[in-house]
Amino acid sequence: MLAMLEVRDLHAHYGRAHILQGVTLEAREGEVLALLGRNGAGKSTTMKSVMGLVRPSSGQVRFSGEEVAGREPFEIARRGIGYVPEERRIFAELSVMENLEVGRMPARGGTPPWTPERVFALFPSLGAMRARAGGRMSGGEQQMLTIGRTLMGNPRLILLDEPSEGLAPVIIERMAAAILALKRDGMTVLLSEQNLHFARLVSDRACVLEKGAIRWEGRMKALMADEAVRAQYLTV
Amino acid sequence: MLENLLVQGLSGLASASSLFLVASGLTVIFGVTRIVNFAHGSLYMLGAYLAWTLVTSLPRGHLGFWGGVAMAALIVGCVGVLIEVLLLRRIYKAPELFQLLATFGVVLIVQDLALLSWGPQDLLGPRAPGLRGATEILGIRFPLYELFLICVGPVVLALLWLLFNRTRWGTLVRAATADREMVGALGVNQRMLFTTVFFLGSVLAGLGGALQIPRESVNLQMDLAVISEAFVVVVVGGLGSLPGAFLAALLIGELQAFGILIFPRITLVLAFLVMAVVLVIRPHGLLGRAPSTAHGATAIEPPYPPPSPWVRRIGAAALALAVIVPPFLGDYALIVFTEIAIMVLFAASLHFIMGPGGMASFGHAAYFGFGAYGAALLLRHFGAPMEMGLLAAPFAAGLGGFVFGFFCVRLSGVYAAMLTLAFAQIAWSTAFQWVELTGGDNGILGVWPSPWAQSKLAYYYLALTLCAAATLLLRRAIFAPFGYALRAGRDSPLRAEAIGIDGFRIRWFAFVLAAVAAGIAGGLFAYAKGSVFPTYMSISRSVDALLMVLLGGVRTVSGPILGALAYTWLHEQLMRAFDLWRLFLGTIILALVLFFPQGLAGALQRGERRS
Amino acid sequence: MTLEVRDLHKSFGGVRAVSGVSLSVAAGELLALIGPNGAGKSTCFNMLNGQLRPDRGSVRLRGQEITGLAPRRIWRMGVGRTFQITATFASMSVLENVQMALLSHARRLFHIWNPVAKEDPSRALALLDRVGMSAQAARPCGVLAYGDLKRVELAIALANDPALLLMDEPTAGMAPAERVALMELTAHIAREGGIAVLFTEHDMDVVFAHADRLLVLDRGRPIAEGIPSEVRRDPRVREVYLGTGATHGYT
Repeated sequence: MLAMLEVRDLHAHYGRAHILQGVTLEAREGEVLALLGRNGAGKSTTMKSVMGLVRPSSGQVRFSGEEVAGREPFEIARRGIGYVPEERRIFAELSVMENLEVGRMPARGGTPPWTPERVFALFPSLGAMRARAGGRMSGGEQQMLTIGRTLMGNPRLILLDEPSEGLAPVIIERMAAAILALKRDGMTVLLSEQNLHFARLVSDRACVLEKGAIRWEGRMKALMADEAVRAQYLTV
Repeated sequence: MLENLLVQGLSGLASASSLFLVASGLTVIFGVTRIVNFAHGSLYMLGAYLAWTLVTSLPRGHLGFWGGVAMAALIVGCVGVLIEVLLLRRIYKAPELFQLLATFGVVLIVQDLALLSWGPQDLLGPRAPGLRGATEILGIRFPLYELFLICVGPVVLALLWLLFNRTRWGTLVRAATADREMVGALGVNQRMLFTTVFFLGSVLAGLGGALQIPRESVNLQMDLAVISEAFVVVVVGGLGSLPGAFLAALLIGELQAFGILIFPRITLVLAFLVMAVVLVIRPHGLLGRAPSTAHGATAIEPPYPPPSPWVRRIGAAALALAVIVPPFLGDYALIVFTEIAIMVLFAASLHFIMGPGGMASFGHAAYFGFGAYGAALLLRHFGAPMEMGLLAAPFAAGLGGFVFGFFCVRLSGVYAAMLTLAFAQIAWSTAFQWVELTGGDNGILGVWPSPWAQSKLAYYYLALTLCAAATLLLRRAIFAPFGYALRAGRDSPLRAEAIGIDGFRIRWFAFVLAAVAAGIAGGLFAYAKGSVFPTYMSISRSVDALLMVLLGGVRTVSGPILGALAYTWLHEQLMRAFDLWRLFLGTIILALVLFFPQGLAGALQRGERRS
Repeated sequence: MTLEVRDLHKSFGGVRAVSGVSLSVAAGELLALIGPNGAGKSTCFNMLNGQLRPDRGSVRLRGQEITGLAPRRIWRMGVGRTFQITATFASMSVLENVQMALLSHARRLFHIWNPVAKEDPSRALALLDRVGMSAQAARPCGVLAYGDLKRVELAIALANDPALLLMDEPTAGMAPAERVALMELTAHIAREGGIAVLFTEHDMDVVFAHADRLLVLDRGRPIAEGIPSEVRRDPRVREVYLGTGATHGYT
């Protein structure tokens, strides 16, 4: 399979803190890659650096073979990377339809373009509240909207930052179903997660981050079978 | 009588329309960039001057006039783009008030550039072709041009509403208002978006100015005159709300028009009275909403480290110099030194509520003025000596702070700042217009110190003693539980309330303390000058205080002291040396904003840490 | 009973957010309030801590009526709080954050002369010691790791010797291991000090491991209450909230 996203030896700092200390990973076309690790291990920073929201201090980020490190976030988004932030960041005063409109970008050749109707087919509950202001939706509905908004940009890779955080278990199950549906359509997904049960349901492979570097990489099934690795990096 | 009312009502509508044009641009720019753009009035003035030049040099006729007006508005739009790209874009992440300081620098520069280009005299523009005459409405003659202006307001409102609610551009702008970074991550070039917003806002300002040339003369005072009114309209309407701004413009335009008939003296302050009433009743303006905490916008305030030995030594050395050197100085230098001591206290008092309290005040001069008038009125009406006057000063100011503060500290952000401004303007116009009590514009003269303090040197020492003591007391309070409680309310109102801190009472007391300190400064200033004038409470003195605090650095405890020293000295030197001192001061302010975004004290602190 | 809540109601613009919620928490007991997003947990919580005034119903703390009091008054009566998104004073050190709560408790906030730095830090340090944060006492709160901030909040909440702790999603945003550690600490402190704890939570590992009892809300109404093993089997709870268990491992 082709590498859709290649990150090589990525370093990033917040002020003086050296958050990413040489992250190297590869997301292949059409797979769901889970990025696991403790809080503060660098999962969100890795995603923000790929997206250009944090300027990497060194290293490479290649998307479909093209170097994007150091570019502005909007340029990276226009090349086909979609970003779904952990805090959702819905535009509270805008309606569901308007939130989707902000995310809209021209279709890319080859795949059918995302439309509001297609988003509503994926998340039926959103379709019943098209005119509702984003700020008046529950946490679960907002999480669906933020994913829908990103899909409207017709990305080829989406970065999902902890989509299960703060959601009720039944809603998390719906998220899992949606991610699997996207994968069936050929979407590549980089998923940052704390909830191992959830990650296991949707991911093909996993990378484990610890102190700003990848410490383990392999098939999700292998990770679930490897008690020692899980104990070392994911639990106490 | 009825006819008279009709005419007043119509001309009220016409001024409401003009006011709305300027205010709409201001509110659009604020809504998106969160920048309180003082330079908006300068853009308005530029629009008027450019329109005058274009219309008088283009061939007469419809094309010459309307073409000139349109070109002027577009050129002003381009000037706005220049300001945004060269200046504001670099400081979007700076604290709100620092951006305000930057736009104030632009105001100063534009003032002198306009003086250089168009000269000091008032310029009269030609009438608008086709709209020269008057028409009869219910038997009364009413100028056509005014009728035209009445229509412009609603048309612009409707167009802007469509633009913001029915176009993709508008949707993107509203989204960017809430969360710029996220809009960028969704593939929108938000820098360009901001620039276009600034262009639109500037065009509206320029258009507002250009359309004034058939109505009134073009002059160098237009910028500040219009900016204060426009701010009032924007705040009364609710920051960022276009319909709100329109409603507020109507309200203020009409009240002005009828106010003149009923109580002519009130016109100076009417707008501010309206603003005070509206903000007391509706803390976010007529149609404004409580701001949702925008993402990444709230910067984490740095801690106040206790003064390092290095800072202590410098401070002690400066104080020693201030004590030892003056006997060897001449009278002029002593006057400047006295003024600097007073300004240090004035700045420190403002910093007390701005820094630890997190409340900006655009009207701190009111308490300075209360102090000065407290002393002077006691002298004028009861013949009280200086000693009593200096006691009365903090008392009067404290009382003012007690009453005004009660309302101001309930509000937050720009609204709170604007309410302080409104109260200050009310105080100022009372001093200006209650001639029987205050002598009005002529002020109160003969406010001289007691015999023992008559020499410049003795008075300097008196001022130094009182100012240094009060400043040090404020500093102590910052590091005491009270200062911490004040900062607690600023850092996290939620957490402060959850551990039993009554934020309102804490802020109120801080406001009174700051007013008392400003009152001491004002009282000392009155005896230093020998007179008291309404200008002691004017906007420009409030702005002086703001500049001193921001220049020094609002996030450090020593900032205001440094800022007052630098600003008073700089101001004095530039005014003496150059005719175009505004140009220089403005340039220096811009340089500071761009290169020392933490203020002077912040820059020094960093230098110290690095070494 | 430390906390007794009877028949709380709250509507926003005609929409019923909470209707008919009653609950009680005993000293040393941990009660978890769970339910789907938008079920009214936060509204319920905010009526207990004073941020919202209930339309109807009563809240009693150790027999005293606290319904509708301001949050700061409720705090003085012995209710400590932690927030879903931590709220601390970022410009102060960890120690100073705790000291503020102590100064407020001693009603010394209006003192303007003696510096805070000269205060005796021993009580604040003891509180930080209880949550394992005394080693970081001098660091500014603005630079702490999120898990550590949560611990500081807990220390602040304990400064008032509370009878009741209200914790709104105490482990939100934390890694699984940290979650368990924080809740173990909370449970330990609560049982040791006889403190009643009411918390909302979405992490079922935390809920099932540490709550003594659960109360499940859906659309503003209580739909189930009881010990974890019972509630887990309740078909309605599974339908509206727990799901199949595929995402939390409790089936």
